[in-house]
Amino acid sequence: MLVETKIRGPEHSLVSRVYAIDSRNIESKEIVSSDSSNKKLWAELIKKVDTLKDTSAFEELFNHFAPRVKAFLMKSGADPQMAEECSQEVMATVWRKAHLFDPSRASASTWIFTIARNKKIDAIRKQNRPEPEQLYPDQDYEPDQEAVVELQQETERLTSALGELPEKQRILVEKAYLGELSHSEIAEITGLPLGTIKSRIRLALEKLRHAMM
Amino acid sequence: MKKHDIKHHLSKELLLAYSAGQLEEGFSLAIATHISMCDQCRAELESLEAMGGAVFENLEPNVIDADAFAKTLALIDQMPEQTNVVHKTTELPEPLADYVGCDLEDIDWRPIGMGVKQKILVNSEKVSARLLYIPAGTAVPEHSHKGREVTLVLKGAFKDEIDYFGPGDIELADGDTHHTPVASDEEDCICLAVTDAPLQFNKLIHKIAQPFLKI
Repeated sequence: MLVETKIRGPEHSLVSRVYAIDSRNIESKEIVSSDSSNKKLWAELIKKVDTLKDTSAFEELFNHFAPRVKAFLMKSGADPQMAEECSQEVMATVWRKAHLFDPSRASASTWIFTIARNKKIDAIRKQNRPEPEQLYPDQDYEPDQEAVVELQQETERLTSALGELPEKQRILVEKAYLGELSHSEIAEITGLPLGTIKSRIRLALEKLRHAMM
Repeated sequence: MKKHDIKHHLSKELLLAYSAGQLEEGFSLAIATHISMCDQCRAELESLEAMGGAVFENLEPNVIDADAFAKTLALIDQMPEQTNVVHKTTELPEPLADYVGCDLEDIDWRPIGMGVKQKILVNSEKVSARLLYIPAGTAVPEHSHKGREVTLVLKGAFKDEIDYFGPGDIELADGDTHHTPVASDEEDCICLAVTDAPLQFNKLIHKIAQPFLKI
C-alpha cells in the first residue's frame, strides 16, 4: 500500500525510506504481537524514529495513535475535516520532535497527548500557550533503562486506576481533559492516584538535571 | 535564573487546568514560568499529563482518511530539520523571556504611583499579566481582588500579613483575599502578576486612575 504513495523527492528523502519498509515491517509486527501491553514498545518505536528515521516504526505509531488524536480533536470541538488535518500535523510533530521524548518521564501516549493538546489550543482555541523550558540533556544522555521500564509500567497502572475510579469521578476526569469542565468543576476533582508516578518522574528529573550540569 | 528554595507552589487545580489545556494565556504564562524554576511542580504537571495520556489512550479511535499516512510523510518532508539550539538571550526563564524580550534591567517600565512600576505583558478581555516593580520596603497599594490572582516572584521578595514570598514562590489569591504586600527591605522586588479581573486598589486616586493605567 505504501508503494502507491505519490510522494516525490530526492533519493535521500522519505520516498526511498518508504520503499524500504517491507522486510523490516514484518519484524516489528512480530514484536508487537509478543508484547500484549505495548507501552514499552511504543517508546522504543519513538526512539527508532528519532535515531534511525525509521518509517516503518513511524507507521506502527501512526496506525495506533493517529485515529486517537483525531478522536481527541473531534471531542475537543474540531469538525472532521479540521480534526483530520490537525491529526496529520500532530503525527508529523511526533516525527519532528522525537528527539525530545524522554521515556523515563512519559509514556508514548502521554507524550503524544501533550502534542495533541497543544494543537487543540493552537488550532481550535486559537490561543498562545506558554510552555515550560525544555530540559536539554547532553547528546549522549541515555535515561536509565530500569527507570524507563518502571515509568511505563506505572503509566499502565494509572490507566487501569482511571478505569477503577468511581464512575462519577472518572467521568469528571475524562471531561476535564476533553475540555468540558469549567475551572470550578476542575477544582472538584480530588484524590487522583498520582503519588507513585509523580515520585518516579521526580527521580527522573533529578537524574536529568545531574546530566545537564 | 538561579535555583532557589521554593516554598510556595502551584495549586493542583491550576496544574490540572493547565495540563488539560484549559487555562487562559496569562495564567499559563505564570504556570510555565514557575515550572521552569521548580521541578516539584514539573513532576506534578507531568504526572497530571500522564493522567491525560490515560484518558487519551482509552478514547474510541476515529476513522482516518486512507491517504492520511502518505500525507503525513509529505508534511514531514516539507518540515525543516529540528535542532537543539537554545535561543536564550536573557536571565529570565524562557516562557517569560518570550514575552518580555529583554533583561529585567532593560524593561521600559511605566510608573503607576508610589514608586511602583509596571509592564503589561498580556491584556486580553478576561486575563491580564504584568510585571510589577516594587522598590525595597515599599507597600504595593492596598488592594482586593474581584477574581483570581496569581503572583510569581522573580527577584527580591515580598511579605504580606500572612507570609513571605521569595524568588520562584507563587502567591495565590482570590476574591476573598484582602492584603497589603510589602517588598522586603533588602532588595527591590520584581514579580509577575496575573489577574482574571482588574485589580481594585482601595485608595480613591487609584480607582480614578485605573481605567487609564490598565491596573
